[in-house]
Amino acid sequence: MTIESIRNSLYLLLSVSVIHPLSSTPKGDSLMSPRDVYVLGGNRIPFVRSGGKYLKASNQDMLTTAIDGLVSRYGLAGERLGEVAAGAVLKHSRDFNLTRESVLGSHLSPTTPAYDVQQACGTGLEAAILVANKIALGQIDSAIAGGTDTTSDAPLAINDGLRRTLMKANYAKTPQQRISAVLKIRPAQLAPEQPTNGEPRTGLSMGEHQAITTKEWGITREAQDELTALSHQNLAAAYDRGFFDDLITPYLGVTKDNNLRPDSTVEKLAKLKPVFGKGEGATMTAGNSTPLTDGASAVLLGTKEWADEHKITPLARFVDGETAAVDYVTGNEGLLMAPPYAIARLLQRNNLTLQDFDFYEIHEAFASTVLCHLAAMESAEFCKEKLGLEAPLGSIDRSKLNVNGSSLAAGHPFAATGGRIIASAAKQLHEKGSGRALISICAAGGLGVVAILEAA
Amino acid sequence: MADTYSNLVNKNPLGKKVASQFGLPKPALLRRYKEGQQLLEGPAAVAGIGSAPVAASASAIVKASGGEVVDATPETSYDARLAAIVFDATQARTLDQLDELRQVVAPALKKTGSSARLVVIGTTPSELSDPEAAATQQALEGITRSIGKEMLRGGTANLLWVDEKAQGDSAVLAAPLRFLLSSRSAYVSGQPIRVRDADVPDVDDWHSPLAGETAVITGAARGIGAEIAKVFARAGANLILVDIPASGEALSKVANSLGATALQLDVTAADAGERIAEAVARKSDKLDVMVHNAGITRDKLFVNTDENRWGSVLDVNLRAQFRINKVLLDKGVKGGLADGGRIIGVASISGIGGNRGQSNYAASKAGVIGMVRQLSQTLADRNITVNAVAPGFIETEMTAKIPFATREVGRRLNSLLQGGQPVDVGEAIAFFAEPGSAGVTGQVLRVCGQSQLGA
Ligand SMILES: NC(=O)c1ccc[n+]([C@@H]2O[C@H](COP(=O)([O-])OP(=O)(O)OC[C@H]3O[C@@H](n4cnc5c(N)ncnc54)[C@H](O)[C@@H]3O)[C@@H](O)[C@H]2O)c1
Repeated sequence: MTIESIRNSLYLLLSVSVIHPLSSTPKGDSLMSPRDVYVLGGNRIPFVRSGGKYLKASNQDMLTTAIDGLVSRYGLAGERLGEVAAGAVLKHSRDFNLTRESVLGSHLSPTTPAYDVQQACGTGLEAAILVANKIALGQIDSAIAGGTDTTSDAPLAINDGLRRTLMKANYAKTPQQRISAVLKIRPAQLAPEQPTNGEPRTGLSMGEHQAITTKEWGITREAQDELTALSHQNLAAAYDRGFFDDLITPYLGVTKDNNLRPDSTVEKLAKLKPVFGKGEGATMTAGNSTPLTDGASAVLLGTKEWADEHKITPLARFVDGETAAVDYVTGNEGLLMAPPYAIARLLQRNNLTLQDFDFYEIHEAFASTVLCHLAAMESAEFCKEKLGLEAPLGSIDRSKLNVNGSSLAAGHPFAATGGRIIASAAKQLHEKGSGRALISICAAGGLGVVAILEAA
Repeated sequence: MADTYSNLVNKNPLGKKVASQFGLPKPALLRRYKEGQQLLEGPAAVAGIGSAPVAASASAIVKASGGEVVDATPETSYDARLAAIVFDATQARTLDQLDELRQVVAPALKKTGSSARLVVIGTTPSELSDPEAAATQQALEGITRSIGKEMLRGGTANLLWVDEKAQGDSAVLAAPLRFLLSSRSAYVSGQPIRVRDADVPDVDDWHSPLAGETAVITGAARGIGAEIAKVFARAGANLILVDIPASGEALSKVANSLGATALQLDVTAADAGERIAEAVARKSDKLDVMVHNAGITRDKLFVNTDENRWGSVLDVNLRAQFRINKVLLDKGVKGGLADGGRIIGVASISGIGGNRGQSNYAASKAGVIGMVRQLSQTLADRNITVNAVAPGFIETEMTAKIPFATREVGRRLNSLLQGGQPVDVGEAIAFFAEPGSAGVTGQVLRVCGQSQLGA
């Protein structure tokens, strides 16, 4: 190429871009190419074992507090955000507009729209995917995704028989009919329906389901206890180095997750009796399973421009998310085994391998869930037959797994776990200054929600 | 935190009667700042000795605020109750001249209303080479301190010592004079403030003097710190509020109610300075005001004070400030303190007078005073002022925990016969922060109702 021809092509390029500025959008044409979405910050209240310090706290108050902590950390009082999407797994019927009510009770502008999301334990992460997509599309510039759950203030449903009787009385036309309807109430009907975390279609609890999968994959008790001890030690170390100073706002006088046992060891965990599964092969204990927990979390997402305008430094880019579901009802797949399916599809779409990550945040519903996922992704047979892959996804560097602890130590208030993980992963990437994180959360109903973050 | 006794003798008819019959102390209800309040709610009598060059500036400042000025002489008869007396004694060089002050101020004082103000203006004694002149100017302190103790109905008496070079500049006088005349100095009495020559911008917005400025306040989750934050927010500042992570819940509430930013940070953390600068850089291109308010007490008799009690108090109350200041004063640091900025500390009258069981605390608070005096000189060429307030008995959760009898004594042992409110400390700190206070540096202002402790 001669200098002359370079000059000519440069001239052409410049004159064209003067006539058609690259960024201009024709009037009335609102379709834009997707924009980058960033995780700007996160906040949660300390997680607390159910029946304890948050006994009197409602989902709404916890979510409001989590949002308000985010608002004060980033100086957003009075601000109108694009939207707030959050939810709870266990919800009172009066909380039909839980997230909007929480926004109204918060210091955000009352003109911030909000809606509830509910996807079992995937709620928090799914909410983030939803708002991230809207931001990417240019529909909104900023949002909060979050979740809250309490099993201390869980809705107690009235017994089905009693409900039918009362409805009959309600619809009665004459007082006589009403009285006779009410007279049919039997003492047994007054017992409330207990909330369960059993799967409606199998009648098995989540732990019982996982016990089957654990056995199938031959996950040992030692491996589970090791993962558990590490989760506690990692979370404790993260607290010690102040990692959570800008990720947690104390609530009702609680300053730390109270399920955390910093001195947890494999030896101590080995002493616990199995609670899920039967007989010899039972390996799942109260130690290597997450306890019922109360808590709430919120994550702030937005575009780079919005972040700049509000002088907030993005922590990580929210790259992509994927949700999978498996047919666990027939027993063809384990209840909590959807994540590997979602991961396989997400990696393929983003042209990445499982080894292309610096952090793996795999939600510890049970220690064995994480270990089953890892084993499945290493298995050539599973990856071929179930995921349709030529080669297995392979193994991961375990030193990059849940480096600041996860649900076994922190606890797991269902809908709040997604927000906890996104915020931690984003901050880890920000501290490292480079790299990628893979987030994976299994959920009831055979669901699995996964996402990729990248250092900003 | 409520002063029940004061309410009883002020508001309850029977209480009032009992108090007056038995000559019980009757603490006045102090006038305090409210939005839109006039500087003075009555005329100000202004007079002076000799050419009284500063009296003219003082009159102009009062008039600019919408206030009425009466030129006072020994013979003036006053129609209305006076809200203030300003006496310019800057030219007094002989002891004889002090009698002129007596002749004018005494009759005027008899005509003052409630929460009235006496402000005497003198010349900084250390600037005078003639011994009698220096003695005459020093005498002003004795006079104001004594009158402070005689003032009735919540009145205060204070002294401004103005350097000779600053006496011609009314801009340098405006902020300090306005502060002492206003209700913002409700709990400041018997105190001298030195005013130096400085480059002071003309201020026209006295309601929001901190508009557009960024300030950091430590220990802001509750008590005095939360109140400083409120006063700063009222004055228009962008705020970054710091408190330990464990106080995050309260901190978040204070921050959100003021539209401020919360920073959960232990000021003793090794990287506290960097973390503060980072937070500032995220909000603004520079820091204008740094308020070191976070403080703790670990009381024990000196002989029983262990290493931990000794160390932790010095660490939070003093050592942390050195570390943070060092970072913020580094010109290369983004989010560091701007030239022309302010550093404001919170000392205590325990740091001046000492206190039984508080050797560690008094050490830290006296240390704050030492730091302020030295640092103000070092930073003079950057036009950064360094000052501290020394609160006396302030009604907070901290003082509410003192046993009743001790608390009652602490509360009444001052000229105003009552404890101060956290807002009083906030107002004094906001005064130091104002751009108009550029001439005030290296000072420790007691906010103590003229407490007898350490005086
Ligand atoms: N109350 C009084 O009568 C009085 C009198 C003289 C001086 N003071 C001083 O005023 C200041 C405020 O006192 P107060 O009465 O509001 O006390 P307070 O205890 O109510 O508030 C102090 C705040 O500082 C915070 N704090 C403590 N250590 C900290 C650390 N390492 N890092 C960050 N924040 C920390 C606390 O969490 C608290 O929110 C203190 O410096 C105190 O010594 C108070």
